[in-house]
Amino acid sequence: MREKELEKLKDYKYGFSTDIENFKSPKGLNEEVIKFISKVKKEPQWLLDWRLKAFNRLKVLKEPNWQKPKYPKIDYQDLYYYSAPKSFKEKPKSLDELDPKLLETYKKLGIPLQEQKRLNGIAVDAVFDSVSVATTFKDKLTEKGIIFCSISEAVQKYPELVKKYLGTVIPITDHFFATLNSAVFTDGSFVYIPPNTRCPMELSTYFRINASDTGQFERTLIIADKGSYVSYLEGCTAPMRDENQLHAANVELIALDDAEIKYSTVQNWYPGDKDGKGGIYNFVTKRGLCKGINSKISWTQVETGSAITWKYPSCILQGDNSIGEFYSIAITNNHQKADTGTKMIHIGKNTKSKIISKGISAGQSDMTYRGLVDIFQKAKNSSNYTQCDSLLMGNKCGAHTVPYIKNKNFDSTIAHEATTSKISEEQLYYCQQRGLNSEEAVSLIVNGFCKEVLQQLPMEFAVEAQKLVGISLEGSVG
Amino acid sequence: MEKKIITDFENTFKNSLLNDEIKYRKDFLNKFIETGFPSKKIESWKFSDLNQIINNHIEKLIFYNDIKKSYQIDETIYLKNLEHNRIVFINGKLEETKLDHEDPRKIKILKETKIERNNLHDNALINLNNAFTINNYTIYIENNYNVKKPLIIYHITNSELNSTNINIQLNISLGENSSLKIIDLYNDNSKKNFINIYYNFDLKKDSVLKNFKLDNLNNDNIKYSFNNIEQDANSISETFILSSGSRFIKNEINCNLNGKYSSAFVNGIFSLNEKKHHEIKTNINHLVENTKSYQLIKSVLDNFSKAVYQGKIYVNQNAQKTDGYQLSKAILLNENSEFNAKPELEIYADDVKCSHGSASGSLNDNSIFYLRSRGLSYKEAKNLLIKGFLLDVIEKITDEEIKNIIKIMTGLSK
Repeated sequence: MREKELEKLKDYKYGFSTDIENFKSPKGLNEEVIKFISKVKKEPQWLLDWRLKAFNRLKVLKEPNWQKPKYPKIDYQDLYYYSAPKSFKEKPKSLDELDPKLLETYKKLGIPLQEQKRLNGIAVDAVFDSVSVATTFKDKLTEKGIIFCSISEAVQKYPELVKKYLGTVIPITDHFFATLNSAVFTDGSFVYIPPNTRCPMELSTYFRINASDTGQFERTLIIADKGSYVSYLEGCTAPMRDENQLHAANVELIALDDAEIKYSTVQNWYPGDKDGKGGIYNFVTKRGLCKGINSKISWTQVETGSAITWKYPSCILQGDNSIGEFYSIAITNNHQKADTGTKMIHIGKNTKSKIISKGISAGQSDMTYRGLVDIFQKAKNSSNYTQCDSLLMGNKCGAHTVPYIKNKNFDSTIAHEATTSKISEEQLYYCQQRGLNSEEAVSLIVNGFCKEVLQQLPMEFAVEAQKLVGISLEGSVG
Repeated sequence: MEKKIITDFENTFKNSLLNDEIKYRKDFLNKFIETGFPSKKIESWKFSDLNQIINNHIEKLIFYNDIKKSYQIDETIYLKNLEHNRIVFINGKLEETKLDHEDPRKIKILKETKIERNNLHDNALINLNNAFTINNYTIYIENNYNVKKPLIIYHITNSELNSTNINIQLNISLGENSSLKIIDLYNDNSKKNFINIYYNFDLKKDSVLKNFKLDNLNNDNIKYSFNNIEQDANSISETFILSSGSRFIKNEINCNLNGKYSSAFVNGIFSLNEKKHHEIKTNINHLVENTKSYQLIKSVLDNFSKAVYQGKIYVNQNAQKTDGYQLSKAILLNENSEFNAKPELEIYADDVKCSHGSASGSLNDNSIFYLRSRGLSYKEAKNLLIKGFLLDVIEKITDEEIKNIIKIMTGLSK
């Protein structure tokens, strides 16, 4: 049995689960559960009201069905909406009090929480199932006035900031999964960068789903005040389980005048086994608002995991001269399905956006790029450039491109290019002739194909992502 | 609408059709009543909400047609500088067929009142067409026959027609190694009608079809034209669309490349002003290996006009070595004009070469400057650039004679 488990872990090294006692909410989705979550988190009345408002809205909403990957109906009453390690009933004051099992888990994942052991200067907020377990480098950040903590903590300590911005980019009435998240969100990160501050280190959140039958609904809110800069990273893993698990997060970014937010994701949720059994449903809503003039939001994502990925990190370019960017690599193998892309909404004058999307599908997987570029009538002198390339490996997979392009302003220019191809025999031959075996050759070519996006990632992440690209495609050639 | 459409239907066919035929047609009618006119809730009508357009523009649509009535032909509207065969539809009624230049044993036109029952369609407008079309005509071209002169289909409406729905249906079957050139020419003196045209092409091995759809004269009608093209091995279809005159027109092309080495070409021009709203939607399905498709759409949009291009290339799993290309470009001349595009690729085979491009923007300032520094006025420079931009598409036409006619028609000749 154990050997079998180990065999499986070869493919997905984050697939272990931590045997830890959990404290869960009652199963199901109803008002009681929402009140329960709110009570456990000692939330103020306004937030509970907000959640209930979302829940009421949810009752009339239907799940969207326009996406390409179809999935079996999710029984929302058969899920736990809150799960936390038992030792968290009272939040530990410091890392020393943290359950050693948890520390062990994060060590295995390569994310040491004890700061002294760390060499690279990245502040981490680790989220385990429904709660944030630790945030590192807090003191150093506080010195600069930067707030980096879990959102539950922010609700307690900085209610006026949370109240002012929560739900302004993704309103509670937005769509089914966003509304569901608003009703039952459990934890996530909160970042506030004060005016004219450059965040001295990368901020990072690490999400881990551990308990079974749990949905993870986290909420991240990042506010960059005037003239500030922040680079934020996000990573995710989950244990291997035969049933599908739901992950429906909401991420809101707000950039005020002259501020810049760089948001990078390496998503490596458990993708399911070779026959398409199990894996995470990753239905995430990510949206950034360039509220101020000269603001900039840049999304970079490397999507290799999840059974179904369904997300469109978007930019609303409201401020004049604001810039939105989207760099994406999405890789699907075996039975994975991805429907991902972006939306660039140009409202302000002189706004610019750039979309570079690279999709690679192998095995029997299916990949769709779906994007919207919308230039409003008042968005004078705006421009967009889009490039989406797809690479197909094998003849059982699919690659699709569905761009929506709307230009209502005659001063603006939109350019869109897309290609679909496979790795040519010549390229492979050239590499093999120089002593690479076929897998190395494919890995090299694919990395070259993705270079434009990989370059956008912060150093530490780029190395990891590059390896991930290679691993995800193992066994897909031959 | 429901009651009205049923009484209109019964009044139209009361004394002319057999009970059986009426029964068949009723199925289509019921299906149409169930769905109504397509609205933007349907993905393929996302950018052009026909239901709303009809409600706003026509208000009360009449479905009744007096099928006994016949109309006088005004011969002055025939194209003079091109020898041609012709089929003339006036207010939706076939009034004349003249195939003088051809061998009558090789090309035939048959008339049917029966509509195949298995045609029940997802497309609401085809159901409407099946229910209301007066006759169902089929043009047969024998094997190895090249139709000598172009066949012009005149779609004429006169001023007697108002707020009425007209449905025309035509099947065209090309035998092996045959060829045909069809020009659709619209000439409207009527107001606020909804004209719904459905062509069904069947191209056998090695046959060649060229279809030119020319909507050039200003008119106040709303039109929908659907071409379904089935292509066997080695066949070629070439469709050219000039989209300019109507208040609203949507040209939809669904092309199934069923045979090896078959190829499809779609070239289109939008030249719009005023409050016109036009759309081209293509669906090219590569179903077997070694097929090719090429699409080029260019738009020049002035005033409050709006153009939409939705192009889709679908590549089936066994359609290896597919070559698919799609390019749409638009020039927006005015701050109130709008261009929407949805160039889509759906690909299930790996050894393919598929790409699309789409660009839109205003006239290039540098080019204007270049021309003005050489003594042209702003207006001349602008016109020259637009002319060059559009000529690019017209030059793709492979028939010299027709190419010249179209150049004259659009004012783009030298």
